[in-house]
Amino acid sequence: MRPVNPRGAWTLFVRETQRFMKVKMQTIVAPALTAILYLLIFRYAMGERSVPGLDVDYFSFLIPGLVMMSMLQNAFANTSSSMIVGKVMNVNIYLLMAPLSAIEVVIAFLAAAVLRALVVAVVLLLVLSPFAHLTFSHISLILFYGVCGSVLMGGLGFIGGMWSKKFDDMALINNFVIMPLTFLSGVFYSVTQLPPLWQKINHFNPFFYLIDGFRYGFIGVGDTNPYIALWVVGGSTFICMVACWYLWRIGWKLKD
Amino acid sequence: MTGSPASEFALQIRDLHKTYANGKTALQNINLDVPAGAFYALLGPNGAGKSTLINILADIVLPSGGSAMMFGHDVFRDRAWCKRRLGVVPQEVAFDPFFNPREVLKITSGMFGCKPDMAWIDELLGRLELSEHCEKNTRQLSGGMRRRLLVAQALVHKPPLVILDEPTAGVDVELRRRLWDFMRELNAGGTTILLTTHYLEEAEELCDHVTIVDGGKVVADRSMRELMREVAGRYLWLSYGEGFVLSEADMAALSQFQPRSNGKGVCLTLRHATDETSSSFHEAYSAAVARFGPPIDAGVRQEDLEDVFIRLTHDDDKATAGAGT
Repeated sequence: MRPVNPRGAWTLFVRETQRFMKVKMQTIVAPALTAILYLLIFRYAMGERSVPGLDVDYFSFLIPGLVMMSMLQNAFANTSSSMIVGKVMNVNIYLLMAPLSAIEVVIAFLAAAVLRALVVAVVLLLVLSPFAHLTFSHISLILFYGVCGSVLMGGLGFIGGMWSKKFDDMALINNFVIMPLTFLSGVFYSVTQLPPLWQKINHFNPFFYLIDGFRYGFIGVGDTNPYIALWVVGGSTFICMVACWYLWRIGWKLKD
Repeated sequence: MTGSPASEFALQIRDLHKTYANGKTALQNINLDVPAGAFYALLGPNGAGKSTLINILADIVLPSGGSAMMFGHDVFRDRAWCKRRLGVVPQEVAFDPFFNPREVLKITSGMFGCKPDMAWIDELLGRLELSEHCEKNTRQLSGGMRRRLLVAQALVHKPPLVILDEPTAGVDVELRRRLWDFMRELNAGGTTILLTTHYLEEAEELCDHVTIVDGGKVVADRSMRELMREVAGRYLWLSYGEGFVLSEADMAALSQFQPRSNGKGVCLTLRHATDETSSSFHEAYSAAVARFGPPIDAGVRQEDLEDVFIRLTHDDDKATAGAGT
């Protein structure tokens, strides 16, 4: 179906936005609290030391990583939870019955995921900024990685939600794919601190490029060339969006 | 959705079939013509394929083959056009736990491409007895209220074709009556209504045309009047008290009336009466009296839609209904 219903797409975007705004404590306040806890714990565990090889203090290193991690997790949560709740409560039939093209559905879902991620990012930066002297070396890179990362994760959440039949399936993806990939992506450490084999493995983790590129935008140094990461992230995001569009178009796991 | 399409038929379905991935065939080459402006009953036992048919039209289930036209537009090629003109009340309750009924209706309206018409939304909430509950979260609504909200969602974009898949399950008698009054009004205003229900007396009262499906096939497709006149049977029953026995000789003598006995009397099938002069009442009564003497009591019983439905969907001989396809 060609794009036919901009009002419908806008309504869907607003619906997806209202959905997370109605449970702000869970979607905005909770990630901020979690980030503060991480910060405090690692602050006292790591002390005043700077990050080996990067010559920045640990807080300045950690905060962009935490912000990006929260953005990624929230973008994923927004689409995946909406999709799985819609499936379990049978509300997704209204998405299927409405005169919305696949591209409109995908844009509305991903835009809402990006908005949630950006709201979380702004709140986290405001809450965490008193703990360190934050610099913004490359605003354009921060925005690029922030938005691309949110689109990518929103897209993966969209696909994961389509695949899941019940909440347990979604929890499986969250606990065994998303959490390990985000925690092992270099949020809390520089990959140069890892043994060579793990360093190599890290380069196959797309989250590593997202976190590293985003952080580079703040501190101006990173573990990998941010302009190579740019292509990896841009390409992955594009492929993910195309996959979302295609899978929705064929009604994958939605239409018998 | 205004600007109702100028076509003689709201729906024209040809050779629609559906076999699910598990190999189950739900529809076998269904043909259906729903005239624009009709109040149309689609009946059948559970698992007959009604919901599959509706879900294919609503784009929730993919067809295996066949075609469907809605107001002259190809449902499968011109999806967006058709979707804007179709409102479906799904059989399974669906509710969004994040919103209240008013929000749900605004969202549904917007998703169907309409600027939310608050006057219409308020009217829907009122007519479906949801005004008092319109600010409550849908989680707080009763089952009947949620079902009424589904009806409102199907109507919020003012579609010229409304399909109701068992909309009154779990709705009490009084509300059901008011819901049907509302549907009658919509129908009088030009909305085509296709209804499935297990309350057959309601279908008989409301609908002007009926299609009965069973096992994925159409077994009857008639106007309600024709069905009740030509397919619904009439019986003469004569009571002779306990211990009445119908011998083989009696059976043979009265064979033209297909006699049956319940041990208290005899029941004879009357010829379909196309007018008052063609009734076989007198022949049947006279034959029974000649054979068994005067009865203690007697009467004529007309099959209602429920009897016809049970007969057509349980009997082996389903051809009697003359499926119009």
